[in-house]
Amino acid sequence: MDELNDLARLEREALSALQTATEQASLDAWFGRYLGRKGAVTLAVRRVGSLPKEDRPAYGQAVNQLRKRLEAALAQQGETIKEAALAAEMETGAFDPTLPGRLPNVGRVHLSNRTLREIYDIFRQLGFQIYDAPEVESDEYNFELLNIPAGHPARDMWDTFYTTTPGYLLRTQTSPGQIWAMREYAPEPIRVILPGKCYRYEQVTARSEMMFHQVEGLVVGENITMADLKGTIVAFVRQMFGQERKLRFRFSHFPFTEPSVEVDMDCILCGGKGCRVCKYTGWLEIMGAGMVHPTVLRNAGYDPEHYSGFAFGMGPERIAMMKHGIDDIRYFFSNDVRFLSQF
Amino acid sequence: MKVPLSWLKDYVDIDLPVHQLAEKMTLAGLEVTKTEHVGEWWDREKILVGQVLQVERHPNADRLLLADVAYGGEAPLRVVTGAPNLLPYLGAPEPGPKVVFALVGAVLIDGYDPARKRKKLKASKIRGIPSMGMVCSERELGLSDEHSGIIILPEDAPVGMPLVDYLGDTVFDIDITPNMARCLSMTGVAREVHALLETPLHIQWPKVKPASLSYTAGDKVNVVIEDSDLCQRYTATLLENVQIGPSPFWMARRLSLAGMRPINNVVDITNYVMLEWGQPLHAFDYDKLVARAGGGKPTIIVRRARPGETMRTLDGVDRELTEDMLLICDIAGPIAIAGVMGGEETEVMPGTANILLESATFEYINNRQTAQALRLPSEASYRFSRGIPAGMVVPAAQRAAELMATSAGATVVPAMVDTYPVPQETRVVEVTPQRIQKLLGADIPPEKMVAILQRLDFSVEAEKPLIANSLLRCTVPWHRLDVSIPADIVEEVARVWGADRLPERLLPTTLPPQRHNWVLEAEEFLRDLLVGAGLQDIIPYPLTSLEHCSRLHPDGPAPDPADYVRIANPLTPERSVMRHTLLVSLLETVQYNLRYSERLAMFEIGRIYLPLPSGRAEEPHRLGIIMVGPRQVPAMGVDDAGKLFTFADLKGVLELIFRRLGMQDVIFLPTSHPTFGPQVTAIRQGKREIGVAGVLHPLVREAFGLSQLPVLLAELEIPPLVEAYQKPLQLRPISTFPPIVEDLALVVAANLLAGDVKAALRKAGAPLLREVELFDVYQGEGIPPGKKSLAFHLTFQSMERTLKDKDTAKLRQKILRQLKKSLGAELRR
Repeated sequence: MDELNDLARLEREALSALQTATEQASLDAWFGRYLGRKGAVTLAVRRVGSLPKEDRPAYGQAVNQLRKRLEAALAQQGETIKEAALAAEMETGAFDPTLPGRLPNVGRVHLSNRTLREIYDIFRQLGFQIYDAPEVESDEYNFELLNIPAGHPARDMWDTFYTTTPGYLLRTQTSPGQIWAMREYAPEPIRVILPGKCYRYEQVTARSEMMFHQVEGLVVGENITMADLKGTIVAFVRQMFGQERKLRFRFSHFPFTEPSVEVDMDCILCGGKGCRVCKYTGWLEIMGAGMVHPTVLRNAGYDPEHYSGFAFGMGPERIAMMKHGIDDIRYFFSNDVRFLSQF
Repeated sequence: MKVPLSWLKDYVDIDLPVHQLAEKMTLAGLEVTKTEHVGEWWDREKILVGQVLQVERHPNADRLLLADVAYGGEAPLRVVTGAPNLLPYLGAPEPGPKVVFALVGAVLIDGYDPARKRKKLKASKIRGIPSMGMVCSERELGLSDEHSGIIILPEDAPVGMPLVDYLGDTVFDIDITPNMARCLSMTGVAREVHALLETPLHIQWPKVKPASLSYTAGDKVNVVIEDSDLCQRYTATLLENVQIGPSPFWMARRLSLAGMRPINNVVDITNYVMLEWGQPLHAFDYDKLVARAGGGKPTIIVRRARPGETMRTLDGVDRELTEDMLLICDIAGPIAIAGVMGGEETEVMPGTANILLESATFEYINNRQTAQALRLPSEASYRFSRGIPAGMVVPAAQRAAELMATSAGATVVPAMVDTYPVPQETRVVEVTPQRIQKLLGADIPPEKMVAILQRLDFSVEAEKPLIANSLLRCTVPWHRLDVSIPADIVEEVARVWGADRLPERLLPTTLPPQRHNWVLEAEEFLRDLLVGAGLQDIIPYPLTSLEHCSRLHPDGPAPDPADYVRIANPLTPERSVMRHTLLVSLLETVQYNLRYSERLAMFEIGRIYLPLPSGRAEEPHRLGIIMVGPRQVPAMGVDDAGKLFTFADLKGVLELIFRRLGMQDVIFLPTSHPTFGPQVTAIRQGKREIGVAGVLHPLVREAFGLSQLPVLLAELEIPPLVEAYQKPLQLRPISTFPPIVEDLALVVAANLLAGDVKAALRKAGAPLLREVELFDVYQGEGIPPGKKSLAFHLTFQSMERTLKDKDTAKLRQKILRQLKKSLGAELRR
């Protein structure tokens, strides 16, 4: 029977083609050519009907066996390919984990803004809201309403940029924000922080800037005491700088608070033993604070007979410098990428 | 203010170690910024008080002397010295002066070393004669830079005493805040120390002779105060037959320790009294005043300057005076600028015999303004400009008279002039202990409060029995100008009680009404978004220059200064106006940084400043973005190394912002803008223009000195972004049925905007056409001139069923029909 010879030839041809298939795609093609819907073996099966009746059983059996053998061979070749692929994937010889990584391009939040965020987060937990006020200010808000009349020697504490409109200036401190906040809230109680840029007529050196940020805090209500001031500042400093920090409150003078204090923290570098950073005093000055002066309360719409309050102010750049060992404030606003990219 | 403790101890007992005293003063508001230990390094055994017994000439050198010095040892030692101030004792039969004697082995400063290094003294032979030690100058002991002669100690200096015990001292440098101006004097500091330590105070009123010294109308001088609003009190004391010469050792020593250089006894006495009492004094040459009065009785007139008046001050400068400056005058004209500087003509000179001494008080704000206007800061005006109590004027004058008599040989003329038109008021402040307790949050016992106030020299009348709500009537001492309201009393009590003794309390948990700060929240959201998109957050100065602003308009007219908030006193011209746009700050920052990095991608969220007629400014918030250089940081394995940022990169960042904020109605429209080249877009939300973005104009780039690389710049208004941020994003329903994605290429007029075609596609395909994405723009072979091909991926999807091919085929036909009609679009074949 010639048909059986055809089958033998088909088998030889298929098996030899299978040997050359070394990847899954050629296996799939091979399957299509031989075992698929229009494949040679499928066509051979269909030929059964055209054969004389007596030849059909032998041919049928032969073609079915052929099909099974080819299916088995395919499966085996599949296994072989998979093993080879796995072996290739597991080949480790050339791998060098010390080659450089490919960094994604990401920016960074400016260190001042990062520090401001840390400050915001702590005060938010303490129930403070964040309040905004103008930078171009009037002499009245920046000085007079804060109990610093014209000509007062306390004005020497602030070197001021004046604008060409008499009576207007760039705020030297965030404290005028106290007046804005109080005039908006009065007579409601207040618990806010007022962050923002301030400006001073000062030569720019490693230690002084013409622009810097300040964060002012203001709490006004009935029965607000100096003990509240201390408690709040201690809570803030310990969260910002660590629970082990020691604080000292030293009486000082600001025209808009009375009593006024400066807050010192034990030096984070030397722990209070004395070093270059703390100028051998063991202490770092971190903020000014005090009980809101009755004149300021009155100027801003609160009766000092019934309301009291405390205020404080700190410099995020100064805080960042202490925290990160930065010895030159000029880095912040020159926006030197070699600096910014480190934080 | 430098305070030598040996001087302070004249007025108050100190029973604490130095560092504890410094700590206590610091906490109470007198910040000791430095503690200097004078003589700390002097060897107790080898640097001693000595006495020169005999001076001979050196046999082999004209300029050298031999001195035998007794120092407490068994026998005097002979030293070789060049000290010129030992010459007068040459060959004298009597024993010579007390000196500082250093034995061989003592460590001293090398007087000839420019670096002033310390060196061990060795035995030496000078021109053949052995020198067994040294008599020392001030420089060699680090007391001053004086090296022209040796130190001559007072006659009663005990020979053999270690010098550190005799001249050693501790000097506090105290930072005096404006409210503590009273402590710009030793007696003022002493009063504070007394209150803090509870140790006895020994401030003594001057004992001046003759006892008949009284301040009445004088027969030697008249005083007329014309402007009593600026001069509350003026006294003039006449001192005759003054012998001008060096001050006594103790006075010169104290002045040096306090940081003032001794000059002569008259100058030194005025300085000494100022440091002791805080009252600045001025000495006139009385005979010159008489001469100016034509030989008659001088009249001192205290008045404001007249228009055009000038005077030569004692620094030799002719000063133009303005009408708000207070002068001391006589009938011939000005003789001093009150409390600021004296005039040259009536200055005390070495030959002066008679002195008229001024002790007065001037209005502090006016004094400060005058000193500032003339740029004449001085120790005197520093004190006057912080206020001097009128009660200080007479005791200071008397103390000076006493010292002039004892240390300058002066005769004090008994009848002197005191003109006091505005007597100092006595202030009484009423407060209850309860109020103090309430403000401090501390239960300080009322009797402790009273004791503190009394130690500070307040007289306190308390309602009896003394309980928390007893009224305290506190009479403010005459030497305190800073206390006038109950809060001042609270501060006094708190300061002396100690802040460390006040309790700490957390704020009550009931919060004031809470309000959002949407602007800040939106800005922080944007900051994180942009940082994640690879941009660096920056904070440049909002101050810039008109010149930089004009660079943004290479073809336009110069900027009008009136449009800017301008600084009247800029530090530099580069920082003299407040910006109108963030673009100028972004360009300044890039200009600075291109030295360090060729790839920069930065943003700022900040304010611009638009002047309002009132003098204030509108300060709207903006977002600015700048990108320049390669898209990727060049590195191994980075594929598109060298490819530069293009407009598409910038627009991608903007689209990311709008997408994240759910701003679907933002469109980009061609526009023109002087700062940008042809590639520029206006950004609109509905009808509102909210920003601009594009490629910087080549001339602007050149004006800022930037390289040839394209600079991508954008500026957006923040308020629309804040509005969008406040609205919660709304879910677009997600279909459970499969989408069909098909491509469609359209040939349209080359000048048609892709955005318009896309919008037309969306409209025609709604609602089943869910997404339209442009993936190719093509011009060239196969496309007629004046046309372009735009190829889109179209995504069709239904919310209700699985779409069939025939659905999309129908839709395609509809879309093609409509776009042909509206835009003349043809299907690309």
